[in-house]
Amino acid sequence: MAFWRRKSKEDKFSSSVLGLDKSIEELKEEEKRVEREFGVRFNNAISKTRDSINNRLDTVFESRKKIDEGFLEELEEMLISTDIGVSTTFQIIDTVRKGVSRDEIRDLDALKTAIKNELLIILRSAGKKGIGSETEAPKAVKPYVLMIVGVNGVGKTTTIGKLAQRIKQEQNEVIICAADTFRAAASEQLEIWSQRAGVPIIQQKQGTDPAAVLFDALKSAKAREADVLIVDTAGRLHNKANLMAELEKMKRVAGREVEEAPHETLLVIDAVTGQNGLEQARQFMKVADVTGIVLTKLDGTAKGGIAVAISKELDLPIRYVGIGEKADDLMVFDPEDYVNGLFA
Amino acid sequence: MFESLSDKLKKTLKNLRGQGKLTPEHVDAALREIRMALLEADVNYKVAKDFVEAVRIKAEGQEVWNDLKPHEQVVKIVYDELVNLFGGTSSRLVFTKQVPNSVMIVGLQGSGKTTSTGKISKWLAENQERKPLLVSVDVYRPAAREQLKVVGDAVGQSVYTDPETDDPLTLVKGARKHAEELGHDTLIIDTAGRLHIDDELMVELERIKEETRPVEVLFVADAMTGQDAVRSAEEFHKRVGITGVVLTKMDGDARGGAALSIKQVIGQPVKFVGVGEKYDAIEPFYPDRLAQRILGMGDVLTLIEEVQAKVDEEEAQAQLEKIVQNRFTLEDFRNQLRQFKQLGSMSKLMKMLPEQMLGGMSLSDEQSEEVEANLKRTEAMIDSMTKQERRDHTIINASRKTRIANGSGSTIAEVNGLLRQYEQMRKMMQQMNRGGLLGGLGKRMMSGMAGGLGNMLGGGGIPGLPGGGQDFDDEPDETTASLAKRLKRKKKRKKRKKK
Repeated sequence: MAFWRRKSKEDKFSSSVLGLDKSIEELKEEEKRVEREFGVRFNNAISKTRDSINNRLDTVFESRKKIDEGFLEELEEMLISTDIGVSTTFQIIDTVRKGVSRDEIRDLDALKTAIKNELLIILRSAGKKGIGSETEAPKAVKPYVLMIVGVNGVGKTTTIGKLAQRIKQEQNEVIICAADTFRAAASEQLEIWSQRAGVPIIQQKQGTDPAAVLFDALKSAKAREADVLIVDTAGRLHNKANLMAELEKMKRVAGREVEEAPHETLLVIDAVTGQNGLEQARQFMKVADVTGIVLTKLDGTAKGGIAVAISKELDLPIRYVGIGEKADDLMVFDPEDYVNGLFA
Repeated sequence: MFESLSDKLKKTLKNLRGQGKLTPEHVDAALREIRMALLEADVNYKVAKDFVEAVRIKAEGQEVWNDLKPHEQVVKIVYDELVNLFGGTSSRLVFTKQVPNSVMIVGLQGSGKTTSTGKISKWLAENQERKPLLVSVDVYRPAAREQLKVVGDAVGQSVYTDPETDDPLTLVKGARKHAEELGHDTLIIDTAGRLHIDDELMVELERIKEETRPVEVLFVADAMTGQDAVRSAEEFHKRVGITGVVLTKMDGDARGGAALSIKQVIGQPVKFVGVGEKYDAIEPFYPDRLAQRILGMGDVLTLIEEVQAKVDEEEAQAQLEKIVQNRFTLEDFRNQLRQFKQLGSMSKLMKMLPEQMLGGMSLSDEQSEEVEANLKRTEAMIDSMTKQERRDHTIINASRKTRIANGSGSTIAEVNGLLRQYEQMRKMMQQMNRGGLLGGLGKRMMSGMAGGLGNMLGGGGIPGLPGGGQDFDDEPDETTASLAKRLKRKKKRKKRKKK
């Protein structure tokens, strides 16, 4: 929702559909309402999972009646199954164990609250860092350059299609840069998305140097005075040094053309990703100054817990979540909704 | 990066030596580490638990063997059990006489179905003499069908398209007819990526299956998948009956524990492994390698095979003759460097070597970059020499050195270093020659490489790597571990035989 905020802060009488003649309070009200709607849709998408942690906790507690080592073992299994990782799991189990011995956790509700709090602390502490830097981006910056990176097959192109639509709806002039010149038909796929969102796309033929495509796009975005340039990049495994170097080059090119660009770099992570996601984040952060995570495919049965592990280990906030294949199935990440979703 | 299981177990079991038996306490401690390693490799929680119990039964009460350290023994038990679980290798697809035989490629979104479809069709054409026809029935994702078309063109296989329809069944029927008419014996169907909870799409898969009666239904799974792998594989298996698994993106650094979970849950073998973005980057599945990778033991077999595949046999033979006659010139040295570079990045090579071979040393990314830079510099220096100099290094005097240094952007000291290194290699090769050359090409290259590697790294100032053959008569130091030792013993034996 960053663009939203940027616009409304900048000038509350801007021509924005939302801010034409509304006060900031009204805008905030509306924003809240929309977010609530998102929350509902998010829960619908996520609660498809049959064996929810909530239910399982209830069943286990019913048969055991108390929180003992056997119970904790079951809990451990449930937490591991969300992909939040061994160390985060152990941290939570430790907290619970301490709580039980201090007699603070006596029933199931207290236990659930304790776990949720632990997760929320992790997510929120990372959350503060990323967003801060982003809203402070200079207002005069044009275009605001947004780069999307990630390994192969996580949903970068789809995410860009959705982001473009979203940012355009917030009354910004958006241009998409198709710098995935490697994968077969990547550009075509993005073109279809750009048509759906009704935004122009800058592309060249397959095999072109992606930095050159980016250069063109930056020039053209400046000429057209676009607000936002979204840059698609080819999927690359984070352990391929040459491909990562290519990404670094793109970053340099962007910075040379537009001050401090890219202003935001989002790492797309597939919710089914396991512990390797940490290494992905680590490597992409190193070369591309990743500012946040987009967690995709959350509408499956995977819980995407690896994002928690990444937040915890690397202080990287989750910015958006993808919950479906339609253009508006991308929403701003909300820690509380997410944690509730983990349990649902 | 992860600490290897072997290291962890070494710590856990270090007091065990000389105690005769693996006690329940030792086993318990070891199993905890094993379980952690499996979970960190994304093996499903339940699968890991069952597996650890199986290991416990095998391990408890076992005599501690004399020639293995306790942690090595436990690793061996775990390793054997893993290999056992994965079963034999069977990457060949089973075909019948029916024309066309259909192969369905299914899996989650983004797992790599389309790329795998292309790779498998190429593999079948080249290795099983099939004549494949490809068809994409992914009518949902934008440009999915165009993607398969481009991939098909790239691998030189025909792709059936029908722009008139958006109906998967019509597409499949058309493709079958087309295959019959044109004599394609194999129809490979690239299906839409879907979430397994998407019932509508599952029904569609079932219909396609009914229509085509495929001989193989291959489930494409991303090696990076976490705990959810089990659930999706299970669901796909229930609905369409998987006959084999294709494990993709194994060229990344994921441990690939998901494969173990999938194998355990659906009981079907992994048939192919995708190892790169190029269309020939697909390999048959080897249980031992994946077991090693899950346990963090490196992948020495793959490395040997890669060396075998990439080093041109004839050239190697020519070099061998030169070595025999002690005519190994700087030019040959440069060729060797280039072959070495062809194998891939330094960090990739290092990851494939087992820990003991590196003597517990590991290269950080920065270090391997440094080594790579060193290799590059060495090559540049040799490039800056004249043909004459490359053929006979003894003519390189001070003024020639200055020229070489200037030409390659290095210093005279570095040129001196290179020449020293080269002479060492020559000496080493002479020794090898005297001792009789090792048997197969693989072994020979391995020792040569380890030696070369040792030298390169030595030049880069990184300690601890056994210079696998610089001086055969030295007793191995503490860090030089079993594999290197074994190699040396073998060499010595051969030496003796010759005498």
